[in-house]
Amino acid sequence: MAIHEKSLIEPERLLNHETLVVDGVDVSGSWNTMITPRTLRDYDDDFEEIIQKYGGGENVHRCWQCGSCTNSCTMYAQNVQFNPRYWIYLTRLGLKDEILKDKDIIWQCVSCNKCTNICPKDVRPEGVMKALAHWMQDQEITEKSPSTHFDEVFWEEIYHTGRIEDASVMMGFFKRTNQPLVQEWLMVFGQRMMKYMPVAQMIKMGLNYAITPRTKSWGKTGEVLKAYVEEQKEVAHG
Amino acid sequence: MGKVAYYPGCALEGSGGPYDKSTRVLVKALGLDMETISDYNCCGAMEVKNIHPMLQTYLSSRVMALASQEMGYDAVMAPCNGCYHNLKKAEYETATSEKAMQTVQDLARKADDPVYQGDVRTLHLLEWLMEDLGIEGIKQKMKKSLNGIKIANYYGCMYTRPRQIFPEKDQGEGSESSYKPHFMDDLLGAAGAVNIDFPLKTACCGGAHTLSDSDTSTQLVLNIIQAAEDAGAEVIATECPTCHSGLEMHQIRAETEFGIKSSVKVIYFTQLLGLALGLSPRKLGVHENISDSIGLLKEKGIV
Repeated sequence: MAIHEKSLIEPERLLNHETLVVDGVDVSGSWNTMITPRTLRDYDDDFEEIIQKYGGGENVHRCWQCGSCTNSCTMYAQNVQFNPRYWIYLTRLGLKDEILKDKDIIWQCVSCNKCTNICPKDVRPEGVMKALAHWMQDQEITEKSPSTHFDEVFWEEIYHTGRIEDASVMMGFFKRTNQPLVQEWLMVFGQRMMKYMPVAQMIKMGLNYAITPRTKSWGKTGEVLKAYVEEQKEVAHG
Repeated sequence: MGKVAYYPGCALEGSGGPYDKSTRVLVKALGLDMETISDYNCCGAMEVKNIHPMLQTYLSSRVMALASQEMGYDAVMAPCNGCYHNLKKAEYETATSEKAMQTVQDLARKADDPVYQGDVRTLHLLEWLMEDLGIEGIKQKMKKSLNGIKIANYYGCMYTRPRQIFPEKDQGEGSESSYKPHFMDDLLGAAGAVNIDFPLKTACCGGAHTLSDSDTSTQLVLNIIQAAEDAGAEVIATECPTCHSGLEMHQIRAETEFGIKSSVKVIYFTQLLGLALGLSPRKLGVHENISDSIGLLKEKGIV
C-alpha cells in the first residue's frame, strides 16, 4: 500500500457491512468493507517552504519517498507510529493536520543519523524532524518538549561561559521541567560514582559545579552568536 | 602526524574523568606527544545545533582555530565521539559551502576570536593511534595479555554517521570503515581479547535524550546490553564518554526502576589497552567507572 493512502484507512473512514448489495449484486463476505471517499482541501501550499526555513529542513524538497529513512530509523523500531518518510511526504503535500496527529512523538528523534547517513538524496531527515518539532513549538501547537528545554539550558550555559558543566546542566534541566532534583536512579548512579572517586577529582567536580568552568578567551563571543541567531530567525520567520 | 592538539571537551572534564585520565596515561606510555588546548570552548555537543545549526559549526570551528592560530597545530585529536563528530562536521560544512566559511570567519572577526582557515584536521583518538603507531607499533609495547576476555566493541552513532563528513573512512584496506568500524576490535584483539560478533556496534544508545526521554534511552541501552550478553560478552568497550555514561546510567535505571539486571561491564577502550601496556588500574581510573569491573578483571588475571 502506498504510504499516502494511510490517512484514508482511519477507523472512522471504514464502513463495515454485515451484508451489502451494490447495484443489485450481493457483495457480502469478502467485499463488505468500504472506505469513505474524500477530497483533500485542507492542504497548505506554503508549508514545505516554511519548513525549509527551519535549520535542518532545507533539503526536504529532495525526497523521492524511497523509505530508507524509516527503514533504518531507531525510533521506528521502538514505535511504528514514528515514521519520518510519512511526515516528509505530508510536509511536501502541505497536509499539516495529518502531521499534527503525531505531534507528541516527532520530538523524540534521537539524532542517531541513520536516516541522514543512508538517504540517497541528501534530504537529511534528522534535520526535518527537528524542523517540524520547532515549527510546532513556534506555532504553539505543542508545548516546548523536554528535549527543547534541555537544549536551551545547555545553550544558555555556553552563551555565558563558553563551556558546560554536567551537573549544573542536569540541575538546570530538572528545575525548568519541574522535576524533583533528586531521582532515585540518579542517586544510585551518584553513590556509585562517589564510591571510588579520588578526593582530588571530587573536589574538582564540586568546584566545577559551584563555579562553572569558563573559557577565558570567550569575551563577547556569546553575545555575537546570540545576535546572529536572532537576526537569522528574524529573516527566516519574521 | 607527530604532535597533536588535544581537545578533551566538556564531558572529559566532568563525568568522563576516567576517559581523560586513561587517555593521558595511555598516550604517554605509547611515547606519543600531545598538548591540551587549555582554553577550549564547548563544541556544541548534540544540543546547540537545535537552537541554530550555525552555532554548532561556529563553536567547533573556534576550537580548531584555537589549535591552529594560537598553538600552531595542524591536527586536533578528540577522544569524545561527540566532539569528534562536531569538529568533522564543521570541517565538512566550511569546506563544502563558501557561505558557511564566510559566516564562520565573519563571526570570528566580530567576536575578536582566532579566525578559522580550514587548515586543521580532526582525528579521533582511535584513528590517531592507528595512523601514528598502527597495530604492530602498539603491539611491541604491550606487556600483558587481556587473557581472552570477551569484548563487545561499541562504537556508537557519532563516530560513524553520517559517513559524508568522514572523508578518511571507507578508503579500503587499512582505513576505518563507517559501516563496519574495526579499529577498536583490531587494537583490543591484538591485546589478547576475544572480540565477539556483536550486531549493535553502531546502534544508538539514546544519548541525546538521556534525561529528556529516559524511557527511550533505557530501552535503547537495554537493547545494546542484552545483545552483547546474548553474544557472550563480558565487557562492552566504549570510546565515547556520552555512550559510556549512558550505558552505565541506564543499566542502573533498568535495575532500580524495572528490576532488569545485567552483569556485563562497561569499560573505556583506553583503560583496556592501558592494562595491556602494563599500566595500573588506578592510573587508568578503572575504579572510577560506575560499572565495577575490578572483580572480573581479577578473575581473568588481567589485574
